[in-house]
Amino acid sequence: MNAISLSVTDSSTMLRRNLLRMRRYPSMTLLLIGLPILFLLLFVYVFGGTLGAGLSGVAVGADGRAEYLTYVTPAILLMAAASAAQGTAISVAMDRTEGIFARFRTMAISPSSVLTGHVLGSVIQSLLAMGALLGVSVLLGFRPDASPLGWLALFCLLTFTAFALTWLCVAFGLVSESVETASNLPMFLVILPFLSSGFVPVESMPAGLAWFAEHQPFTPIIETVRGLFTGDADVATALVAVGWCVLIALVGYLWSRKLYRRDPTH
Amino acid sequence: MTSPRPISIEIIGLRKAFGDHTVLDGIDLTVAAGTVFALLGPNGAGKTTTVNILSTLISADGGTARVAGHDIDRDAAAVRAAIGVTGQFSAVDGLLTGAENLRLMADLHHLSRTEGRRQSAALLERFDLEDVARKPAMTYSGGMKRKLDLAMTLMGSPTVIFLDEPTSGLDPRSRRGLWDIVRGLVADGVTIMLTTQYLDEADQLADRIAVLDSGRIVAEGTPAELKRRVPGGTISLHLNDLDELEAAVRAFPDGVRDNDALTLSLSAAGDVPAIRAVLDRLERSAVTASHLEVTSPGLDDVFLALTGPDARKVAP
Repeated sequence: MNAISLSVTDSSTMLRRNLLRMRRYPSMTLLLIGLPILFLLLFVYVFGGTLGAGLSGVAVGADGRAEYLTYVTPAILLMAAASAAQGTAISVAMDRTEGIFARFRTMAISPSSVLTGHVLGSVIQSLLAMGALLGVSVLLGFRPDASPLGWLALFCLLTFTAFALTWLCVAFGLVSESVETASNLPMFLVILPFLSSGFVPVESMPAGLAWFAEHQPFTPIIETVRGLFTGDADVATALVAVGWCVLIALVGYLWSRKLYRRDPTH
Repeated sequence: MTSPRPISIEIIGLRKAFGDHTVLDGIDLTVAAGTVFALLGPNGAGKTTTVNILSTLISADGGTARVAGHDIDRDAAAVRAAIGVTGQFSAVDGLLTGAENLRLMADLHHLSRTEGRRQSAALLERFDLEDVARKPAMTYSGGMKRKLDLAMTLMGSPTVIFLDEPTSGLDPRSRRGLWDIVRGLVADGVTIMLTTQYLDEADQLADRIAVLDSGRIVAEGTPAELKRRVPGGTISLHLNDLDELEAAVRAFPDGVRDNDALTLSLSAAGDVPAIRAVLDRLERSAVTASHLEVTSPGLDDVFLALTGPDARKVAP
């Protein structure tokens, strides 16, 4: 068997394993799907009235809840992707501590397949979580205005974002000495969307924070998703978003590969 | 001991250090195919490191090793294709059932669906896991997990198997069950290298034993050879009554008396001249011993004599 077909065969075996694990441990998947929905409800119904009233284009004194639903949905989509990635760090760390990684490493299999299986499984989980969230958002009254091409671009961008965050979290899972650390390390990914244009406009933040929000990776991604939903995405912002994803994916992949190859006894 | 068997594992000058802590300080070993080789030693002696290097999990700092005819550095993939490894900590997927764990191994060995099913069924039967095959592995007892672990290792029919402390934490019944499995494997022609801290285990299973201490091999040979290398052993005289015991003590003032058991233990080698000397002295002193018991040094004595800070220097 040549290297590529070996890699495809073994990666799909590992993906099957991870999908089976998700079925056996449904509480994790349910949490990853349920928590973003809870956040959406919280932000729309608890904070939405007030926050929405502050959005530009909302008449003074009017209830901005419907506008805020449209505004915040992209941010919560990204939070869903970040939490699913966090789940990957946990499952990678579990594999490492359970000794099954050591077994895989002594077998004549494609070395990359172990991690690829985790990443593919997690991206599927992430898409499920984002799909469910979008469904709930539409039920609450969100009416996206995207063209078929826009939907395709949305799907590609969200999948790529999930892919990038997952590779980064695989590295977090490998670098962690314990499952607890692996669960805590990626926490900042779930927090970062709050410090972006996802929940409130950047202009409303204090100068230093606004600068950070303007330049951190989640802002261009969220802005592009928002633009694709309304049908007026900015190409320059989209390129910055894709650039960030490429960078995060590359760093995560190369770091993971290095960590996977090092002595497992350290 | 001359053996015409081909060599399965060959290690020359293997070295490994973690930072400035030397774990393996130049190890040479040869293991004949179809035999059991035990690495015996206290914690931290370098047993697991040796297994990790030979199973391509970590790389050595110096020296060479060939496993199943392949160099572990240059041809790691070929080594991996030939070996099976059961590490110290169970390497099973707890969320998957026993059958699914085996199916995963079959898929990773690229067995056809029918062949994978056939081997899984055979392994589940061999390891007596059929009743729990559809239950998640995390519900298994320690012994069952270890059996599943070993079954997973055997999938794909490896020719060389590494078992790192295979029975640590197992109850006596499971231990004996595992010993039987190991014997069965060797009967099928598989080569096994196992590490253990249990002397009886090495004694029971191994054709040859290497005693490892602080990264060096301090002794190597068959269990019988190792026992012979340690001076010691006792000749115990069993007497009929206390008077006879008193008489025996007068004849052998160095002996250790036990009034309740009516025995006198003499420290002596268990060979014929030593026994004859004892019998001669008994006869001269007119002591009648009911019977006499010769105890050779156990592997315990070997272990304590050869390893640790108080290791006595024993001539090789």
